[in-house]
Amino acid sequence: MPRPHRSPSAPPASFLWTRRIVLGALAVFTLVPVYVMVSSSLKSLEDVSGRFQWIPSELTVQPYIDIWSTVPLGRYFLNSLIVAGAATVCSVVIAVFAAYAVSRYRFRGRRVFTITVLSTQMFPGILFLLPLFLIFVNIGNTTGVALYGSRGGLILTYLTFSLPFAIWMLIGYFDSTPKELDEAAMVDGCGPLGALFRVVVPAAVPGIVAVAIYAFMTAWGEVLFASVMTNEATRTLAVGLQGYSTQTNVYWNQVMAASLVVSVPVVIGFLLLQRYLVTGLTAGAVK
Amino acid sequence: MTTTVSPRTTAPAGGKLPPAGGGSRRRPLLPERVRRGGLPYLLLLPALLLEVLIHLAPMAVGVWMSFRELTQFFINNWSAAPFAGLDNFRVAVDVNAPVGEALLNSFLVTCAFTILSVGASWLIGTAAAILMQDTFRGRGLLRATFLIPYALPVYAAVITWSFMLQRDNGLVNHVIVDQLGLTDDRPFWLLGGNSFVALLVVATWKSWPFAFLIVTAGLQSIPQESYEAAAIDGAGMWRRVRHITLPSLRPVNQVLVLVLFLWTFNDFNTPYVLFSEAAPEAADLVSIHIYQSSFATWNFGSGSAMSVLLLLFLLLVTAVYLLLTNRRRES
Repeated sequence: MPRPHRSPSAPPASFLWTRRIVLGALAVFTLVPVYVMVSSSLKSLEDVSGRFQWIPSELTVQPYIDIWSTVPLGRYFLNSLIVAGAATVCSVVIAVFAAYAVSRYRFRGRRVFTITVLSTQMFPGILFLLPLFLIFVNIGNTTGVALYGSRGGLILTYLTFSLPFAIWMLIGYFDSTPKELDEAAMVDGCGPLGALFRVVVPAAVPGIVAVAIYAFMTAWGEVLFASVMTNEATRTLAVGLQGYSTQTNVYWNQVMAASLVVSVPVVIGFLLLQRYLVTGLTAGAVK
Repeated sequence: MTTTVSPRTTAPAGGKLPPAGGGSRRRPLLPERVRRGGLPYLLLLPALLLEVLIHLAPMAVGVWMSFRELTQFFINNWSAAPFAGLDNFRVAVDVNAPVGEALLNSFLVTCAFTILSVGASWLIGTAAAILMQDTFRGRGLLRATFLIPYALPVYAAVITWSFMLQRDNGLVNHVIVDQLGLTDDRPFWLLGGNSFVALLVVATWKSWPFAFLIVTAGLQSIPQESYEAAAIDGAGMWRRVRHITLPSLRPVNQVLVLVLFLWTFNDFNTPYVLFSEAAPEAADLVSIHIYQSSFATWNFGSGSAMSVLLLLFLLLVTAVYLLLTNRRRES
């Protein structure tokens, strides 16, 4: 989104230097952990256990081979993918309907609904964790439905943060797409649902993509629910990465290699799609 | 207290709502009554059901729990937990006893942490966004770089920081002790008083890109003409920022600061991954404090009472904040 033209007065040299220094320092601040992650993931265990070295004395890809067998990283990866993916799809689909209703119809209870949704976004996760834990344990004991420790249960808890966000963002987004579009579609013979799927949803694709990215990223990085609501079989990456430390040693090179492996897909996806996120945030949140 | 009252005002029987805009003459796919009155409720139904299931019911249960003596003996059969009245709350706020004292400490730590981290994130994010307002070579690349901390999964990023902050083999001590020689003995960063600084730096590293993203989006809505007019009037860089950029960003900033505040105040992921087991006293944020005291002693009644207090505090702060910012906007 480059600005088409510069301000008429060229910035003074002092400004240019301030800019170089500040932005340079920020780039270093941002990238040092990334560098540490990459360089340490290519070191031997001996190297990462001793004094830190900026330049690895020898490079090895062994950590990238070992990460899969030290802990069942593949399974954790799959669990994270299923849980984050399902939470994203559920919250986006349900939010599309809800946000369309709120954005296009005036009905009784509309304000109560929007305020409820908005306020649950600010609630701390810990507030829901304890009761949900108890409810899940209780349902398991009385009906035998194992929500506690299951992927389904974890997906449900992830909706506590992804659903309100999705609804809220999409209301803002639908509000900013002109009503005339779907009114025209309805005049042309579409029902309300036809208008939603043929006109409103296609016009709101950037917003929907933004919400989906955001929901997926948050779920992919979630730690609180994952650390309580999973067992060995359903553990996600967030908890699984702790498995590289033993009583006596932390395999820092493997920790860094695994961190990089779980980060690369989301970071690339995010950077490719961040344009949509910016558009979506402008339309949704910043209003 | 709202809780149990669900907002489910199910479809008013027989389209009580006045038909908006008179009757249209098109063939109804759905019965007229459903189209007028019921359709929005039908569209909302999945969301409403889930809201009840994941938010309202747990909150009701949470409030109920906070009035119960819900210790480890009752986890499996919690409806039998004896009524405790206000005992859980009394213990939580009694600052002369260990539980209340620890909670107060963690509350104060969280307040200091939140103010400093939100302030720093906002400042850095805004400065970067303003400095990158004009095009220059490498801007796109730099922007992508700045978004990396935001895109990285929290645990992967924070675990890297925890490695950097290790006493013997971390980068931070290598730089300040071995390379710069600032101190002789290697400080602990994840224990004791330093842990507050460590937590603050890591949290700010992680959240400033969000401020940067939002402010960048906000800057795009400022018309270029305002800057041109100001430049013609001879306003310098700094005056343009002060008199055009910052005032135009005010509505954006009001939302941004509130969101940053709530996220930072409720943050669990950062301290939990950074300190792995128990957070040191100097960096014992409220949500991790409640988590650890609940699961360490299995006293869910007390944990719920603390959660309810935390929620009341957040509601109060948010309400005051919204009142203040709205009033300023009106005047």
